[in-house]
Amino acid sequence: MKTVKILYFAGLRERVGQGCEQLELPAGVSDVAGLLALLAARGGRWQGLATIRNLRCAVNQEMARPDSPLRAGDEVAFFPPVTGG
Amino acid sequence: MPVRVQEADFDVGAELTALRQGDPRIGALASFVGLVRDVNDGSGVSEMTLEHYPGMTEKALTAIIGEASRRWAIIDALVIHRVGRLLPTDQIVLVAVTGAHRGEVFAACQFIMDYLKTRAPFWKREVTSEGARWVDAREADDQAADRWHD
Repeated sequence: MKTVKILYFAGLRERVGQGCEQLELPAGVSDVAGLLALLAARGGRWQGLATIRNLRCAVNQEMARPDSPLRAGDEVAFFPPVTGG
Repeated sequence: MPVRVQEADFDVGAELTALRQGDPRIGALASFVGLVRDVNDGSGVSEMTLEHYPGMTEKALTAIIGEASRRWAIIDALVIHRVGRLLPTDQIVLVAVTGAHRGEVFAACQFIMDYLKTRAPFWKREVTSEGARWVDAREADDQAADRWHD
């Protein structure tokens, strides 16, 4: 089984109501877009996740894209556009 | 090329002195300090909280400084960014760059700041007279970062 750690930050963390989770990926979920679809399928406050505008993703602390592959033990983070400085 | 993410305030004078101390090759030092304003998007701001992604933040800042050193002949650079609760007039961020001549350090300092605004995982949540809100990213910040593309 392929388990990944998922982190949520800022407004997105508040929206989904949690900051961190471990998730076993079912066979067939192999990239960021697949994970997003899986999360959105939870429904409720998760529903809009796959269609959120400007959602950013990092895999192992590097910026990632929808087609970035996921491997066992990866740290995946979802967050809004950054606003530091 | 140090990078620090911290809750504590910083002493700009002491940081700049430490950055250039004992290096006679340095003929120029440029710095930028970002501060908390008491107004944003037409609303009064009474305080803000800065959240970040520990680990990735430091990596991203180090990568941005690395990119600046590839583009310009700089000698050293420093980024300090605060997190946690901040009040109007508080210091948020310090970027400082040393080099032999002013052209390189001015450009590198502005580049680091522009890239930080769009690539380092920090998020501001501000408390205004209308309640608390997450600050929206600005298109102007993306444009400022984009202008460094060749």
